[in-house]
Amino acid sequence: MIWLALISAGFVTFFTRFSMIALLKKDYFSPRIKLVLSYVPSAVFPAIIFPAIFLNSTGQLTFVDNPKILAALIAVLIGYLTENVIATIFSGLAVLWLLIFLT
Amino acid sequence: MKIKLRIFILGCKDVIPLLIPVVPFGIIFGVIGIESGLGATITFLMSMIIFAGSSQLAFAQLFTSGATIPVIVSSVAIINSRHFLYSAVIAQYLTKLKLFWKIILSYFLTDQAFIVSQKYFKNQLNNKFRHYHLLGSGFTLWFIWQLSTIAGIVVGEVIPKELNLAFAIPLTFISLIIVDMKKIDHLIVAITSGVFAVIFFNLPLRTYIIVAAAAGILVAYGLTHTKFFKK
Repeated sequence: MIWLALISAGFVTFFTRFSMIALLKKDYFSPRIKLVLSYVPSAVFPAIIFPAIFLNSTGQLTFVDNPKILAALIAVLIGYLTENVIATIFSGLAVLWLLIFLT
Repeated sequence: MKIKLRIFILGCKDVIPLLIPVVPFGIIFGVIGIESGLGATITFLMSMIIFAGSSQLAFAQLFTSGATIPVIVSSVAIINSRHFLYSAVIAQYLTKLKLFWKIILSYFLTDQAFIVSQKYFKNQLNNKFRHYHLLGSGFTLWFIWQLSTIAGIVVGEVIPKELNLAFAIPLTFISLIIVDMKKIDHLIVAITSGVFAVIFFNLPLRTYIIVAAAAGILVAYGLTHTKFFKK
């Protein structure tokens, strides 16, 4: 089951890279398609981010007693100020650890 | 022969500055792969077969939450749909190459390799060996990605579960989009997607990720029509 998922995901990913190289002689994409594609990360990643922060292990919205919210907010703030990938990730983890282990 | 090697090495060198975030990202993926119960073999093979970091993380996350194959594969497809853009831009420089070359170079077409090699191609319109640059940048990134994944797998085997390292998944995704969040249009798209994901989280088969991404892309498409956001 996982093998099938892995092989299919690999095939699909290769297709996204190979398709246009195989088909096109020129760059035919319209500026609008390019513009919409440039929004893809902003449209997909929050679908993973939000549930991982705001929902508990049973899938319920949790605002009280949820250390992940403050940790994520600090990470967003640090990321916003530094634009540094590593600083963003580790500031969030550090705050989460502080909240879990010190309280 | 010598000129091919020189262009290949230039490609390797050009991509090096972009590798700095790739190393921790690969390590995090290796750790998460182990934490998610994918096992060392699958985790490593995922970096070889898929070779696209953010979609690999999403794969691990969805797999542990019990998503079905169609949901996992379509989520990977959506995340990697940005490659269509790279593929379309790069295509014009590779038209004269044999199919074998096109297959190899497609496999290596990552965000970082695209950024540096596209810049190089633009100024090499009459250089028939220019594709060696993409081979160099792509191969270097590939090599570092595999090494970092292995390092992450090794670390993941010894790290205690209490550290909640799965939380590194949303944090990594935050770090990938945070710069775009300074633009109001991207912020609107992101909040739409996030809110949809939370509202529709309990849809069967973990399809919320597809629904949320579709909502985000629709809003993005709408925004490209508004005068205010015309670029």
